[in-house]
Amino acid sequence: MISEDLSLLLPEIVLAVYAMAALMYGVYTGKDRTMPLLTWVTAAVFAALAFWIGITGPGTHTAFNGMFIDDGFSRFVKVTVLLSGAAVLVMAQDYMVRRGLARFEYPVLVALAVVGMMVMVSAGDLMSLYMGLELQSLALYVVASLRRDSAKSTEAGLKYFVLGALSSGILLYGASLTYGFAGTTEFKGILSTIHGGHMSLGLLFGLVFLISGLAFKISAVPFHMWTPDVYEGAPTPVTAFFATAPKVAAMSLIARLLFDAFGTAPADWSQILAVLAVLSMFLGAFGAIGQTDIKRLMAYSSIAHMGYALVGLSSGTQFGVESMLMYMVIYATTNVGVFAFILSMERDGRQITDLASLNNFAAKEPLKALAILILMFSLAGVPPTVGFFAKFYVLRAAIEANMTWLAVLAVISSVIGAYYYLRIVYYMYFGQETEGLDTGTMNIVPWIMLMGTAVIMLVGIVNLFGVEGLAHAAAATLVP
Amino acid sequence: MDNLLSIITFIPAVAALVLAVFLRGNDAAAQRNAKYVALLATTASFLISLFVLAGFDPSNTGFQFLENYRWILGFHYKMGIDGISISFVMLTSFMMPFVILACWNVEYRVKEYMMAFLILETLMLGTFMSLDLVLFYLFFEGGLIPMFLIIGIWGGQDRVYAAFKFFLYTFAGSIFMLVAIIAIYHMTGTTDMAGGANGAGGLLTHRFPYQTIHIWGIPIKGGVQTLLWISFFISFAVKMPLWPLHTWLPAAHVEAPTAGSIVLAAILLKIADYGFLRFTLPMFPEATTIVGPIAMALAVIAIIYTSLVALVQEDVKKVIAYSSVAHMAVVLVGIFSATQQGIQGGILMVVAHGFSSGALFLCVGVIYDRMHTRQIDAFGGLVNRMPRYALVFMFFVMANVGLPGTANFAGEFLILVGAFQVNTWVAMFATTSVVLAAAYSLWLYRRVVFGQLIKESLKTITDMNAREKLIFAPLVALTLLFGFYPSLVTDLVGPSVADLVNDVTAAQAAFDPGALIAPAQ
Repeated sequence: MISEDLSLLLPEIVLAVYAMAALMYGVYTGKDRTMPLLTWVTAAVFAALAFWIGITGPGTHTAFNGMFIDDGFSRFVKVTVLLSGAAVLVMAQDYMVRRGLARFEYPVLVALAVVGMMVMVSAGDLMSLYMGLELQSLALYVVASLRRDSAKSTEAGLKYFVLGALSSGILLYGASLTYGFAGTTEFKGILSTIHGGHMSLGLLFGLVFLISGLAFKISAVPFHMWTPDVYEGAPTPVTAFFATAPKVAAMSLIARLLFDAFGTAPADWSQILAVLAVLSMFLGAFGAIGQTDIKRLMAYSSIAHMGYALVGLSSGTQFGVESMLMYMVIYATTNVGVFAFILSMERDGRQITDLASLNNFAAKEPLKALAILILMFSLAGVPPTVGFFAKFYVLRAAIEANMTWLAVLAVISSVIGAYYYLRIVYYMYFGQETEGLDTGTMNIVPWIMLMGTAVIMLVGIVNLFGVEGLAHAAAATLVP
Repeated sequence: MDNLLSIITFIPAVAALVLAVFLRGNDAAAQRNAKYVALLATTASFLISLFVLAGFDPSNTGFQFLENYRWILGFHYKMGIDGISISFVMLTSFMMPFVILACWNVEYRVKEYMMAFLILETLMLGTFMSLDLVLFYLFFEGGLIPMFLIIGIWGGQDRVYAAFKFFLYTFAGSIFMLVAIIAIYHMTGTTDMAGGANGAGGLLTHRFPYQTIHIWGIPIKGGVQTLLWISFFISFAVKMPLWPLHTWLPAAHVEAPTAGSIVLAAILLKIADYGFLRFTLPMFPEATTIVGPIAMALAVIAIIYTSLVALVQEDVKKVIAYSSVAHMAVVLVGIFSATQQGIQGGILMVVAHGFSSGALFLCVGVIYDRMHTRQIDAFGGLVNRMPRYALVFMFFVMANVGLPGTANFAGEFLILVGAFQVNTWVAMFATTSVVLAAAYSLWLYRRVVFGQLIKESLKTITDMNAREKLIFAPLVALTLLFGFYPSLVTDLVGPSVADLVNDVTAAQAAFDPGALIAPAQ
């Protein structure tokens, strides 16, 4: 019995054991000198686990009396999280060394955070949900302040920690309310207390608090305040990580919780998500307009993108989940490319994130500029890029759930959002001759990431690389 | 040769890829090579499209040269042409080599410039050939990106403002069409326009419900169909552009480089006319009877208003830009008259206006290349130094006015005949277009070309060179040819138009206004 349960958790166990072993190795050997090696090994472990999980056969299994669920949905998200984590790790390795950030804790902490994410998306119980979430969050708080000698980075870590602790408190309060009114913390048990499509008032309160706590993790408005500061203050590789894997995991966790524990009463929560979505889309779009720092701009951009993903989720249908998964995969891929570029932005050997430094970049590095152009139009959702299909999916989910008003608001905000993506294009292509970025600062790995994602965004329109079918199967296991 | 349409469409894109990958350096030789590759690709695309024209059977009103492949999400990569789209396709592939020739003098980032035009051509051709709504939207919206760059990088003084205005206006307009497309997909389960044999299962033969619905207590006549009609209409009205959504066009035209202006006027604006013919009329005939008159009214206002605005412009390009707006509104009157003559005239006018407006922007380009200004005041008396230029410019000014003997006359005449059958008032007001066009065009011509050559700066101006003459010659010839023998076009499009008009009139005849009166709620 226990061995069967453990065998389901094997990927998580392997990764956790690896993280601890790597920690020991780092401590007892060369400390920070081992960082490049540890980074590559961690990425390789991620990739191997992704492959392992990817080839795991179909079927839904539970372990520890339903605390842990291993189904198609969790496997899809885990592969996404692992692959994006690996990509972010390897593309930043060179940067970390050059910027004096080569601490061996970084890959270890990222590995631990990823363990947390894997537990999150497999959670079948409020207890395991919280456990995974906190493991992830604690690791992230630390990496946010990785640059110990920088006031900004420390501030980012502290801000993230204080607000994150608050949101965890809210989440726990919601969990205790839910437990009080449902009499159980298990998702299945909670679901069985909901009759006739409506939940009791106490349970509803619990749900609202749970959603609020989780909304903080995906930085949905009005729980987004930390995002721009943390994105700006944290070292760029950490920002790149924040923008990808944790967002995918947290968004999937929301889907898991809502469908597994409250799935028979979608009317009760879809409005909440719709409001969060609308607020996020518009605040993200308007907030980004005035930004002059590309990391802050990407923070607002990610707020807006979480809004679009929530549009898909708020439809409360199987297709809604599918559209959310597609959206998050495409979003994470695009962000990997964009951050690979941001990592290479420097002038006179110093890192720079000012938008105006992109002036006339296209004249100096036409190929890279073209790749960024494609990624920006993809983020804006302009065809013929894959980003268009991301928007198409969530809009279709909204319209099929008879929420045309939400789709209309989404497209209006996407027009506003297009403006600030165009601004980056504007700096690169129409800008004046000024002191620009250094050229030739890009290492081969980030270069491959940038060009690779740009090509994916164009070529992907042919068949989306079959991810569509996988997302469909994954969503079908969550929402029958 | 089953994939002739795809070959025509993607030759330019492949050439752009070749330029991107293989062309290195930025010296004179590389620039020349880029231009030759672009010219070669556009010419090849045009020559192959001649095969399509030769193999096209006008009497067959269905779609020909069909290509159909499965795509993601149950969409299809479906391409095909009928009598309506072939004229747009031919216009595009014919004009593009001239566009490339028109930017022969460009020296700034030549490779990227050529790539932008080549990709733009692919997207425009795809727009006219795609028979799947999502595929259409992909091409339609994708065209914004290269045009945004063309205006923004190679444009004039205020190019950034113009580029952003162009992009955000058109993006905002067409995004509602996206919502409508998804709604259609949701309602019918398909985005295929053509369907199988005789259009079965295709959207063109699908009848959308038109019973009155209530939104927040407000009754919407024509129901779902009206909402879809409006979504499509806004998108095309911005693209066309129709008053009062036209303000991006003068800005874009003035700031765009010459070749950009030609593409914009000769082809991009026509996508809107094509959209009305391909989607709005056949898919929403009932809604057209309900809201169509509003479109007619807007068109009439546009004709008079923009013609008057054109009279007071100080910039040569702005006069022509406003004249384009007015003439596109005339085409709209023809299309929404939903008569055989009106639509045939509309298509003929599209082709004629493609030639004449393209040529007029070229004319501006000729003097702009020499003087680097477009202010009307800066010119005068050009006829003394540039007699050949004066002749060509006069020819196209006359074509713009609609002088008998030019294709524009034949088009406008047919449109007015069509409009007259539907509504005398609309026809009457639309006719003022001819009078007003004569006023602003001739006045423009007088100020630029006639008079004494007194300005010092103009004393050394030279007449057209061989390249410029070469560009104008075919445009003049075709304008005259279609002017004297318009049935070359009308016979080609006639059967398809007749089919369209029959469908629309049948639907409108069967349309029961009583069904609109919904029970009180």
